[in-house]
Parts: sequence; structure tokens; C-alpha cells
Amino acid sequence: MKASATKRTACRARLAGRGDPAPALRIKEWHVSVEADGAAAAAPDVMPTAGPSPALASAPAAAAGLPPGAGAPEELIQLLTPEGERVEHPDYPLEISAQEVRDLYRDLVLVRRLDTEAISLQRQGELGIWASLLGQEAAQIGSGRALGPQDMAFPTYREHGVAWCRGVDPVRLLELFRGVSHGGWDPREHKFHLYTIVIGSQALHATGYAMGIQRDGATGGEGPEGGEAVIAYFGDGATSQGDVNEAFIWASVFNAPIVFFCQNNQWAISEPLERQSRIPLYQRARGFGFPGVRVDGNDVLACLAVTRAALRAAREGQGPTFVEAFTYRMGAHTTTDDPTRYRLAAELEAWKLRDPIERVKAYLVRSGAADAGFFGEIDTEADRLGARFREACRSMPDPAPLSAFDNVYAGPQATVDAERDAYAAYLESFEDGTPALAPAESPPGALPRGPGGFGRDGDVR
Amino acid sequence: MTTLTLARALNEGLRKALEDDPKVMIMGEDVGKLGGVFRITDGLQKDFGESRVVDTPLAESGIVGTAIGLALRGYRPVCEIQFDGFVFPATNQIVNQLAKMRYRSGGKLPLPVVIRIPCGGGIGAVEHHSESPEVIFAHTAGLRVVACSGPADAFTMIQQAIRSDDPVIFFEPKRRYWDKAEVDTSVTAASARPMDAAVTLVEGSDVTLLAYGPMVKTCVEAAMAVREDGRNIEVIDLRSLSPLDMPAISASVRRTGRCVVAHEAPVFAGLGAEIAARVTEECFYSLEAPVLRVGGFSTPYPPSRLEEHYLPDLDRVLDAVDATFAF
Repeated sequence: MKASATKRTACRARLAGRGDPAPALRIKEWHVSVEADGAAAAAPDVMPTAGPSPALASAPAAAAGLPPGAGAPEELIQLLTPEGERVEHPDYPLEISAQEVRDLYRDLVLVRRLDTEAISLQRQGELGIWASLLGQEAAQIGSGRALGPQDMAFPTYREHGVAWCRGVDPVRLLELFRGVSHGGWDPREHKFHLYTIVIGSQALHATGYAMGIQRDGATGGEGPEGGEAVIAYFGDGATSQGDVNEAFIWASVFNAPIVFFCQNNQWAISEPLERQSRIPLYQRARGFGFPGVRVDGNDVLACLAVTRAALRAAREGQGPTFVEAFTYRMGAHTTTDDPTRYRLAAELEAWKLRDPIERVKAYLVRSGAADAGFFGEIDTEADRLGARFREACRSMPDPAPLSAFDNVYAGPQATVDAERDAYAAYLESFEDGTPALAPAESPPGALPRGPGGFGRDGDVR
Repeated sequence: MTTLTLARALNEGLRKALEDDPKVMIMGEDVGKLGGVFRITDGLQKDFGESRVVDTPLAESGIVGTAIGLALRGYRPVCEIQFDGFVFPATNQIVNQLAKMRYRSGGKLPLPVVIRIPCGGGIGAVEHHSESPEVIFAHTAGLRVVACSGPADAFTMIQQAIRSDDPVIFFEPKRRYWDKAEVDTSVTAASARPMDAAVTLVEGSDVTLLAYGPMVKTCVEAAMAVREDGRNIEVIDLRSLSPLDMPAISASVRRTGRCVVAHEAPVFAGLGAEIAARVTEECFYSLEAPVLRVGGFSTPYPPSRLEEHYLPDLDRVLDAVDATFAF
């Protein structure tokens, strides 16, 4: 199905900001292809775009597998089809070099490898739990690579791909899931906040941080990027949280420089999108007074272009944008979850055809921008990274028992100090200075928990 | 020295903090043009601008959550929660986020945020306007919890709270807002008594009476009322509820041998329970009687026509004092 002129206009109005939206189109197919305006690009190292894209009527039957409440993905912004065909979108021109596409491919492959390794490490008892990003690599790498070094990101607990883009050593991510720390990286150094477990809480922190940027006069100002902006990550389930809605209100009325990046992966543990919303999520933004856009979350180029545009608007003082990255959680919610209890295999199969990595590979091959040697190198690099990741996890020491008392307060605090002293004396009362059950004595992998990490029915959201 | 109400002393303290540090901000509902429903922030927006004294949307979680973000950016927000009962929508942000950020980040992310909460009853208000939720926050590691009881402390303690690199829950006794006292506004935050130190307001030798916030005045009056009867009550204003100034408390109880704790909050699992346990541990061989508690009933706060029964008054405090002599 081709985009109509009406739709094109509607799109522009929305992105330009802030005009009245056209009536929503009901497009029944998941693959909304947008006609390319122009042919291949001019610059030698700029990747080509295809000519007019064929209607993807043959694409996997469409609504098959999509949760009914998700509705049709109207206005889905796409720059790279699931078949690896480059298409244009009038509002998101993207000039990108072959090297940049190869780099994105590398990012996607490596973060998927880290994710796969982490799931295995959990199965081997090295991690208490892991929240997989499988299927959401493009949304995370596309948005993560859109960030400038000056921008600040506030993740959920699943943004391993964004962490990768922010230069966080992936080993540090394991600390939370292994239980050796609640964080592990310096959020100020990487401009990547700690993971937030309680759903949606970070949306307010991000908004407050953005209000701080305003007070520092750091929007629309000097510098190559023209200012600073914030990106807040959350999922479809989080859009039901009060904190997320409050963040929308604060950002709106204070015109805060923030991008709300929602990865709609269709499932909040076992609850489908229709339990969170009767309308497409991106349309909610209008009610709060700022633009909302829906992007193909499995299209790394579209996620890059759309997030860049939204960040630019924020930096320039145009306020918030809501980006709904339409994607799918290919794995379980976390390693404690069993998605076969609540969703159909057919849905998963349909989404496999929209894999975020395969389409980039197809594009690179089709355009001649990469050969077998390149793909082999990336696979080798992934193998090396995986080996380092595994080894670093297994050799990660448990924290010293008394470190549990550190950093509760800025300085001395009578209650904590007294308890630390008492517990130190207790430990010293043992002959070898350690009671048998102290964490330091636990062999690696012998986490004192059920096989699922948090007990039979336990889970984190 | 100048005579100020407690409300005015807080206003002067906030003004001083805004003058001293450009990163200090005030945020809350109606804190700007209106000056807050109790006028604690009266005139501050006019003098420091809308960027530093922020009228926020009406959502408490949003106030605290965005204050956390501002603190991450280097600001020192002071949040006003309009009434005690309205703090609960912000509990996730206070307990899960504000209190734990320093710990979770291994000390990398301090959050110097102050949450001001007018607390307690006695003003004839409708429900949810007379609560005493202090123990919920005292129970939460990572927070400092303090309560001022009079104008002089209000002036300095609010400045100390704002200077603290830890998050502080700052309780203000709303029924004492209009009480006046001499305040030396030349006293600085640095030279004043630290906010985590208790202070002995009335010296006595027979029994130690511990109070904080709105109950301090009641307890001082109780001590005065029985002084001519020959009963010497020592009254200590705790000031800090977390941490507790146990050295000061224990030193007094070891001398008097008796201890009564008074608060407006329900007695069950209230701060008095923690104090009783600690006093028993630390002063066991000095005690002539068990530590007794006097406080609100273990009921929801009643309709205000009944609040005189619910709130411990001078007679109920003295009744508890008398009871410690019956053992």
C-alpha cells in the first residue's frame, strides 16, 4: 500500500510540529511503505536509496500476529524496509555514508551478541536475572547513535544497546543483574543514567534534568550541536504510569528540551498493548501539547533520523517530542518469564521477518557496501567480545560485606555508622573473620535463589 | 534579634539560602504569586524570579521526580508539599528514588533535595491535612528527617537542610506557624547548632520528656505547669528524627531514670517505639520505669471536632509522666 498524498501532508504537518493532524488513516497492513521521492544519492560515499518502492503487498501478512489493540501502524516512518530496501521519507532525509551503515550494523550485531551471552550466563547461574533486548536493537542503536556527547540519556533496565552507544563497558551492565552493585558505571562520565527498575520513574528525572539544561541556558546556544537535550526511555507499559504522564505535563508546560523515546515492544510482561491504550501511543502526545511520531522501531536508519530530528528540535528550544518506536520484544520479558503462557508463536514468527539486523545486512549486500569479509570480521569481533564478556562476568568478585554500609549518606550518620561497627565486630568474632554464609564465601554461581532468579512466581517488571 | 513567627522565620531562612547559592530553587504548588497556602514562600518569586521559585503543575510525584532530575544537573531544589497527607503520591519518588540514588550510584550521585512538609493537626482542617507521616521517612535509609519546633530553629535548620548533601525531609509544625519568638538572623547555618543535634529546652531531674515539632511547645508547658508542684521534668527537643541524637537522649535518661516520648503520630510503630527500644538497650540499668509513649490513637486522623481528643495535650502528657512514677 502506498502512502497517499494526504498522508504525506499529514505527516509533514505533524512533524513541522505542531499543526493540526490530518484525520488518521486506517492502513491495515503492518508494512507501510512510503514512496521514495528521489533516486540514489549524489555523494560518492553516501548510501543509495532505491527508486520508487514497490508496494509491499507481499510482506508477511500484515496484521498477522500484531496485537489487536495495537491497531494499524499509521504514519509509520520507515527508511529501510524489512527486505533491506532504502526508501525515503520527505520529513526525514538521511544522508548516510557506507561506513556509517557498516558501523550501525556492527553495533547491532555486537549488542545482540552481548544479550545472547547474558541470557546464557543467567542460565548458567552467573546472573540472577537478565532483561533481554532481543528485537529492539535497532530502536536502541538508532536512537543511541542520534545522541550527541553533550546529551543525557535516562534508560529503563533494558537499554543495553544505548549503554553501548554511550561508551559504557558492557561488563558494567552485568553488575546489577549479578547482584554485585546497583549500578556500576559513572552516569556523569557517560551521560547515561543508572538503570531504573520502578517503571516510568526516570521520565520525571529526565524532565527535571532537562529543566536544569534550560536554567543553565544550554539550549539553542553555542556549540556545534547548538545545545543540550535529554532522552528518556520507557516502554509501552510505562505509558500507563502516573510518573510518565506527569513527565509529559511538566515537559510540555515548561517546554523542556527532552525526547520521550517509547519502545513499544507490544508486551508489558504478559499484558498486550490493548491493556494500556485504546489509541496508538504516539497519538497521546497531542493531548499533552507536543508532537508524537511513530517510527519503525526495527529500522535503525529511521530510528536514527527521527531521534536526531527530535533532539534537534529539543536543543533548539522547541520543546519535547514523543517518539514511539514500533517494535517487538522477541524474547521473554526477563529470564524469569515464560512468554509461551500468554502469546502465540505465530506472532513471533511474523516479527522474525522484520528482524532489525537482517535488513541492514541485506541493504549492505545489495548496495555493495559490504562483502563477506566484512561480515566475517564482525562475527569474529562478536566472538571475541562474547568471550571477554563471559570471562569478566565469571571472574567478577563479590563486594566486601562491609561495603553494604557505604554511600548511604554523604558523611557520618549515627545509625548506619553504629550498625557498620557492630557488624564488623560480629564478623571479626569468627575465627577466619567470616561467617560461613557470608557472601564472600559463596562460590561463583551459587546464588541463594531459585533457578528463575526471584523464586517461582517472582519477577521484576 | 528580631521577633518573627515560625512561618516568617522559614521565609527568611529560604530567602537567605536563595541569596547564598544560585543553585537553590523552590518548587511546589502555589509557591509563587500566592506565596504558598501558608505564605512560607511569600515574596520569594518576586525577588528571585520564576526560574528559581517555580509554580509547578499539581502533582506531587512530579514535583519530587523533577527535583531529582534538577539535582542530578547540579541544582538544590527545595520542594514544598502543600500538606502532609499529599506527600503520599510522591512516596515512590522519595523512598525508591531520592533516598537511594547516592547508594545505588556508589556515591557518585548526591541528591541535595529538601522536601518541606507542613505536618500535624490542630488547625481544624478537613481530612488528609493533619497527618504525621514522619516515621515512614525515618524508616527509609538515605533520608535525613528533621522537625523544627520554633522560629529560631526554623530559620537556621532550613538553611542547614538546604546545605546538606543528603536529601532531607523537613517537617514544619503547621499549628505553630504563627507562634512568635526572638530570632537572631545573624546566626549562620554554619555557626548554628547542627540540625542532627537534640537540644534540652527545660532542665530537670525527675523524668526525661522527649518531643519534636508541634509537641515541643505542649511538653514545655507541661513541664512548667508542674514545676511548682515540685516535679522536675527535663524536656528535650529531638529536632532530628533520623538519625536520633541518642547520646543526648541517653545521657538525660541515665540521670532521670524515667522517659516519656510524645508525638502526634499514632503510638503503634511510631518514633516513640524506636526510642523506647534504644533507651532500653542503652539505659537499662538506669531505668526506674519502662519508657512510656503518648501520642495519637491508632486510628485514622479523626474529624477535626475530635482532634482535641486525638492530639496529646498538656494533661495527657502529664498523665503519662505520672504513670512512669507508678512503677
